[in-house]
Amino acid sequence: MTMTLILLGAIAVFAMWGIGVYNRLIGLRNQKENGWRQIDVQLKRRHDLIPNLVNTVKGAMEFERDTLTAVMEARSRAMAAVGPADAGRKEGELTQALGRLFAVAENYPQLTANQNVRMLQEELSSTENKVGFARQFYNDIATKYNIAREVFPANIIAGLFRFDAAELFEITDAGDRQVPTVDLSMKT
Amino acid sequence: MNLLEQQAANRRRTWIVMAIFVGVVALVGVGVDLFVVGGGQTYVPAASLAALAVSGGQAWYGLRNGDRSVLRSTQAIPIDQRLASAASDEDRHRLRQLDNVVEEMAIAGGVPKPAIWVIPDSDPNAFATGRDPAHASIAVTEGLLRALNRDELQGVVAHEMAHIRNYDIRLMTVVAALVGAILLLADWSARVMRHGGGRGSRSRARGKDGGALVAVVFVVWIVAIIFAPALGRLLALAVSRRREYLADATGAELTRNPLALASALERIERAVEPTPAIKRGSAHLCIADPLGLRLDDREGFWANLWATHPPMRRRIAALKAMGYQ
Repeated sequence: MTMTLILLGAIAVFAMWGIGVYNRLIGLRNQKENGWRQIDVQLKRRHDLIPNLVNTVKGAMEFERDTLTAVMEARSRAMAAVGPADAGRKEGELTQALGRLFAVAENYPQLTANQNVRMLQEELSSTENKVGFARQFYNDIATKYNIAREVFPANIIAGLFRFDAAELFEITDAGDRQVPTVDLSMKT
Repeated sequence: MNLLEQQAANRRRTWIVMAIFVGVVALVGVGVDLFVVGGGQTYVPAASLAALAVSGGQAWYGLRNGDRSVLRSTQAIPIDQRLASAASDEDRHRLRQLDNVVEEMAIAGGVPKPAIWVIPDSDPNAFATGRDPAHASIAVTEGLLRALNRDELQGVVAHEMAHIRNYDIRLMTVVAALVGAILLLADWSARVMRHGGGRGSRSRARGKDGGALVAVVFVVWIVAIIFAPALGRLLALAVSRRREYLADATGAELTRNPLALASALERIERAVEPTPAIKRGSAHLCIADPLGLRLDDREGFWANLWATHPPMRRRIAALKAMGYQ
């Protein structure tokens, strides 16, 4: 009689542990998915903010039409990107185009003094930061999920219920690793 | 130690202190129930449960409503209201930066964006409050907005978000409940002792108790009752200091820029005036001690024991160690 009780007790404890691990993995996997979508939310915000910026500076920066056009074209290409790898590359090009625009705007003191431009610059650089932090959060939560599914003995449950490994966001194009060069020389 | 190792160490030390704390409460509680309630023979945990219930009830109420009363006591203004009455473009710019910085940290931490408040005090300081990440608030002083650049402000905001994410407000409320329980038990025992010595000492006088062992335990317990309130407060302060280090390390993980927070702390330290707007009860929630107790920068053993925050130099050194890993 006591043997069966002990056995039932052991099974109950094991089942509770299993349920706990399973639920934790579910929670982490969903947070990881959410983290991935958050990156898209911030990227979309950036797409929406850029036309405002270009319109605000267009009047003062008549002679920088190439730089401004480059930004708008990079934005269109980024919005039309297909798939995460392609989107990653196109968004990187957009970041570089914006960087060039900011660098060139330093040459126009009336722009940097203008409050609207400063506000917009703050909004845009904040959006860049948010994209970066969204990616950072995704990597952090994906790492937490991967650790949770790989440690022993939770990996037994993970294997049984097919919790697949999460891919970390990484730079696929080696060119993106290079610090963007900003040409401040006088040639246009 | 790098920042993840520091986080693990701080969490471990918190739980060691909490274990000691619970041990002290248990010792006092068992003693009261054994000697005051039960008379040295029967153990009825009536006093312990009553003390925990009263103290716990107060703490629970404080947790639910505390953030509103703390914010009111500091005369904090919501950021939208402050923006509407902004004095200049520069002012508006700083407030927008604050708003953006908080939102960035909320994204990095995966928590909802907390409510933002501005305190009309010229001394740089900040605190976080709220029972969980979904009901949280962050308040900064005008002085902080003026003194720090964007990266430093982000470091301070990250530290406060870290307090929210680590559920430190909840932990400190539990700690306050335990301190409260100790104080209640000590107070009750003192009253009973004074008014006729309790059933324990009466039966001891009649020679009915279980002998030398019970007497020894009785003496130990009397000593514990005398020192328990002070010990409880010291333990609470130890937990508070440990969580400050943890918030520094977790905040650094959010920004991945520990040197910015180190630089912010250096600037805050240099602005030596206390923050009169923040009262004693909220001191442990702030990034720097608002009561001005560390004005002359004493760093001895006793000074550190009674402080709510660790010495600024040690915090800065810990952050720099993270930064140069």
